[in-house]
Amino acid sequence: MTVPAPWALLAEVTHRCPLHCPYCSNPLELVREDAELGGDEWARVFIEAADLGVVQAHVSGGEPLLRPDLDAIVAAAHRAGVHTQLVTSGLGLSGPRLARLLDAGLDAVQLSLQDARREGSDLIAGRRSYAAKERAAQVIRSADVPFGLNVVLHRRNLDSVAEIIDLGTRWGADRIELANVQFHGWALRNRAALLPTRDQLTRARAAVADAARRGGGPELTWVMPDHYEGVPKPCMGGWGARSLTVGPDGTALPCPAAYAIADLDFPNVRERPLAWIWTDSPAFNAYRGTGWMNEPCRTCPRRDADFGGCRCQAYALTGDAARTDPACSLSPDHHLIRTLIPAPDTPPEPLTYRPHP
Amino acid sequence: MADASPWRPVLARSVILRYDRVRDADLLLMPERAVRLSGTGGRVLRLCDGSRTVAGIVAELSEAFPGAPVEREVPEFLERVRAKGWLR
Repeated sequence: MTVPAPWALLAEVTHRCPLHCPYCSNPLELVREDAELGGDEWARVFIEAADLGVVQAHVSGGEPLLRPDLDAIVAAAHRAGVHTQLVTSGLGLSGPRLARLLDAGLDAVQLSLQDARREGSDLIAGRRSYAAKERAAQVIRSADVPFGLNVVLHRRNLDSVAEIIDLGTRWGADRIELANVQFHGWALRNRAALLPTRDQLTRARAAVADAARRGGGPELTWVMPDHYEGVPKPCMGGWGARSLTVGPDGTALPCPAAYAIADLDFPNVRERPLAWIWTDSPAFNAYRGTGWMNEPCRTCPRRDADFGGCRCQAYALTGDAARTDPACSLSPDHHLIRTLIPAPDTPPEPLTYRPHP
Repeated sequence: MADASPWRPVLARSVILRYDRVRDADLLLMPERAVRLSGTGGRVLRLCDGSRTVAGIVAELSEAFPGAPVEREVPEFLERVRAKGWLR
């Protein structure tokens, strides 16, 4: 089959992070600092990525600001002609730091927020961080750079979604991404604590639709949950179809959650050119297209729309990444998902914070 | 009273117009989205620098592409792009 050119690169420049979010999607085993790619290695990755067709890079982590050479990394992406967005917790984003990044060619900033109010936000982040985020928002706003706010939604904050939208409006965000939690990496440990009730989800969706109808505020993106409707989320626009992730140590993956698929041998940019990794590596071809599918996906009319759902979730829940995503109502494993949704009156489980050294 | 000053289209702050050598196409790049422009879309949007009016853009393109249905299609195209929020 012809392999389409990738559009986007998620560059996880470090796994180090000042926050301890229970829904962290980074893998259980984090890459240590001494194994991280150097700035010159990232520069080569961006050149190879641009040659392949990548036009957008999301410079993420962990917290990318923990890298003192982040300016040089961003400059390298910019030189390669790649549109570059910083994805940050906001901790460490001072006015001068952002000014240097913009000089290096940074195009946009996405700031994470855990909840609308200080107590809730700090509770989810596992440390005091709300005030720093508020300052970071001011810094981003004053720099007049495109500003997105990203909020992971779950049992503990879905009820404040209207307040979150109001806050994002006051902070001057251009966009708010309201992303219902997915259970990858560390997040899977907190599934019972994070899965919302069906009522919560219904109310939140109505609140978002209300705000969108009123208009005038930031552009709102609702990233749908996949445990409730029996409809799986499409896998990344297809496995190895639109984007790729390069981890802190150079591991290349079709999806940031794919670390968890232990059967695949993920190639490394230190050992192989990105063109081989994207086009020829067994890992990137494992679930490309539809040829790998089993029933019920193989003959499903939606197979080119959702690609069988999430490979990483299929692996996490069934041990076989080639099975239909259990989030799909047609999956023989769908009961694994359906039985998880908490009843309206059950108290939420405690959170297990992500430790960082 | 209607605003008498004519629209001088310019790309929205978060939108970057770039030629993509791999796909041999003009793209609009945004923080979470990339849009491939078909045909002459890039050529039209390159003229949207905030100084030219729609009439001015039409006049320039009519000169460059004699006989093309510029007068009808270009204003429609610009309105469609504005409705997406990519032009202001």
